[in-house]
Amino acid sequence: MLLQRFLIRLLTMAITLFGVAVVVFVVIRVAPGDPIAMMLPPGATDTDIARLRALYGLDKTIVEQFFIWLSGVVRGDFGTSISLRQDVLGLVFNRLPATLELAIVALLMALAIGGTTAILGARERGTAVEAGIDIASGAALSIPDFLWGLVLILLFGVLVPIFDISGRVSPQLDLPFVTQFYLFESIARLRFDLTKDLLGHMLMPAVALALPLAAIISQLLKQSLKEVLDLDYVVLARVKGFSETQVILREALKNAALPTLTLVGVQFTFLIGGTVIVERLFSYEGLGNMAIDAVINRDLPLIQGIVLVFALLFVLINLTVDMMYALLNPRLRHG
Amino acid sequence: MDDGRISRHGSGARLWLAGGWLLLALLAAIFAPLVAPQDPLAQDLMFERLPPFWMSGAEPGFWLGTDSLGRDLLSRLIFGARIAFIVAFAAALAACLVGSTLGLVAGYFGGWADRIISRIVDVWMAFPPVLFAILLVAVLGTGLSSVIIAIAVIDWTRFCRVIRAETMGQARMDYVENARIAGYGRIGIMLREVLPNVVPSIVALLSLEMGIAVIVEAILSFVNLSISTDDPTWGGIIAEGRLSIHQAWWVLVFPLVTLILTVLSFSQFGEGLKARFDPVLR
Repeated sequence: MLLQRFLIRLLTMAITLFGVAVVVFVVIRVAPGDPIAMMLPPGATDTDIARLRALYGLDKTIVEQFFIWLSGVVRGDFGTSISLRQDVLGLVFNRLPATLELAIVALLMALAIGGTTAILGARERGTAVEAGIDIASGAALSIPDFLWGLVLILLFGVLVPIFDISGRVSPQLDLPFVTQFYLFESIARLRFDLTKDLLGHMLMPAVALALPLAAIISQLLKQSLKEVLDLDYVVLARVKGFSETQVILREALKNAALPTLTLVGVQFTFLIGGTVIVERLFSYEGLGNMAIDAVINRDLPLIQGIVLVFALLFVLINLTVDMMYALLNPRLRHG
Repeated sequence: MDDGRISRHGSGARLWLAGGWLLLALLAAIFAPLVAPQDPLAQDLMFERLPPFWMSGAEPGFWLGTDSLGRDLLSRLIFGARIAFIVAFAAALAACLVGSTLGLVAGYFGGWADRIISRIVDVWMAFPPVLFAILLVAVLGTGLSSVIIAIAVIDWTRFCRVIRAETMGQARMDYVENARIAGYGRIGIMLREVLPNVVPSIVALLSLEMGIAVIVEAILSFVNLSISTDDPTWGGIIAEGRLSIHQAWWVLVFPLVTLILTVLSFSQFGEGLKARFDPVLR
C-alpha cells in the first residue's frame, strides 16, 4: 500500500519535472535577443558567431536542442553557463547550500514562532492574548516576505543598526570551510565565532521569510489544538490534575500536529520560492540571487539549470511530506 | 482558518477602512495630474534629498521630501499608483478569468479534464513564482503589458485550485442533482447553478490577487524589469530608496508604507466582502 503510493508519487514527480523542463525550454527559446551576440566583443565576424552558436548547440532545431539538453540533464550535464563560462551544475551546487541553509533556518524559526504562539493562544483561548495573537498573525500573513525584508532593513539596518543587511559572511573573515554549508560546518567545527557572524547575516532574511509561514502555522495549529482540547481523552488528562500547558504539550500537540505538517510541506516550497527576491534584497550569495543575474544576462543554460533544481527541490519536499503523512496517519497506514 | 464569529464582528469596520484606503489611492491615481503637487519627473539638484515636511531643512511644496535627483516623492507615489492599479486590475482579472474557468471545468466535469488541468497546475506549482515572473518579463521584454501577462500566466493556478475544490464540493450537493433531474444540461448547470455559489470565493480571491499583483509589479520594478519608461513605479522608488537608505530613509519608508497599506487593504477588503456575501457565514 505504502510502496504503491510511493511509486505513483514518483511517477507523477517525473511527469511534473518533465513538464517544467518543457515549459522552461520553450519560454526561454521564445526570447528575442541573441545571447551569443552579447558574449562577443563588438566587431566579431559572422564566422565567430556561427562557431560559438555551434559550440552551444544553438544552430540546431528547437526540438533537437531540447532532447540534446534533456539527455545531458539526465546524465548530470546541465551545460555551460554563457555569462560565467563554467559548468552549470558546478555553479548551482556552489550556491545551493547557501540557499538551503537560509531556507532551513527560516523554517526552524517559523516552526518555533508559529508553534509557540499557537500553544500560547490555545492555552489562553478566548482572552485578549488570543485576540492579540490573531491580529499579529493576520498581519504577518498578509504582508509578503519582500515587504518584511524591507521593513527589517529599515528597523535593524538603519534605525537600530545591529544586524548586517548585506552579504552572507563578513568579507574580512578567513574561512576554513571545505563545503559550501558554511553555517552547518562552522557548528560542526565548533567555530562559534564564525557561526555568530553567519547567523548575524542570515537572521534578517530568514525572519523575513519565516514570518508569513509562522503566521500560517500559528493559525492552523491553534485551530487544531482548540478542537483536540475538547476531546474526552484531553478532558480526562485535565481531570487527572495536569496543568493546561502540560495537557497541551503531552496530549493535544501530538494529534493536532498532523494537519499542520501537511500544510508546512507546501508552504515550505513557497518559502524557498521567496528566497529568490529576499536573497536579492539582502545581497545574499545564494541560488536565487544568481538566478536573477542569469535572467538579466540572458544566460539560458544557467537559467534552465537553476529552475530545474528549484523544481526538483519542490517535488522532493512534497514527496517527503506525503510519505511522512502516510507513515504518521494511522488511517492511511492500515487502510 | 477564518472564524465566522470574528469575521462578522470585524467585517464592517474592516471593509470600510480597507475600502476607504483603496478608494483614496484609486482616486489619487485617476486624478494624478491634478492632485500631485509637483511634476514627478522634474529633477532639481538644488532640492536633492530634501526631508519630509516636519523635519528641518524641508521645503514647502515637497511634503514627503525628495529623492537623490531632487524629484518630489509624494508626486512620484501618486503617479506610481497609476501603474499599480492598472496592473492590479488587469492582471488579477486575467488570472481570475483563466483560473476560475479551468477550475470550474476541472471541478465540475472531473475525469480527464480534471486530470489534465491538475497536472498542469502541478507543473506550474513547481516553479518558484518570483523567478518565473522575472523570467517571463525578461523574455517578453519590459513594458506594462508584459508585466500584466507575466502575473496572469503565473497566478491563474491560485484561482484554479480553490475554485476546483469548491466546485467539487458544490457538484455533490442535492441541488445539482435536482437540476439534472429537471433536465438541465451539464454546462447550463455549471454556469447557472454552481457558478453563483462559488462567486464569493472568486471575489475574495480577486481582491487578494490584486494585492499580490501590486507586490509582484513592485518586485519586478525593484530588479529593474518592469515598465521600461521613466514613469515612476512604487517598486522603482523602493529600489532607489534601498540604495540611499543611509542618506534619505524617507525614500524607502513612504513607498513601503504605501505598499503595505495597499496590500493589507486588498486582502482585508476581499475577506470582508466574502464574509458579507457568503450565505453560510452571514
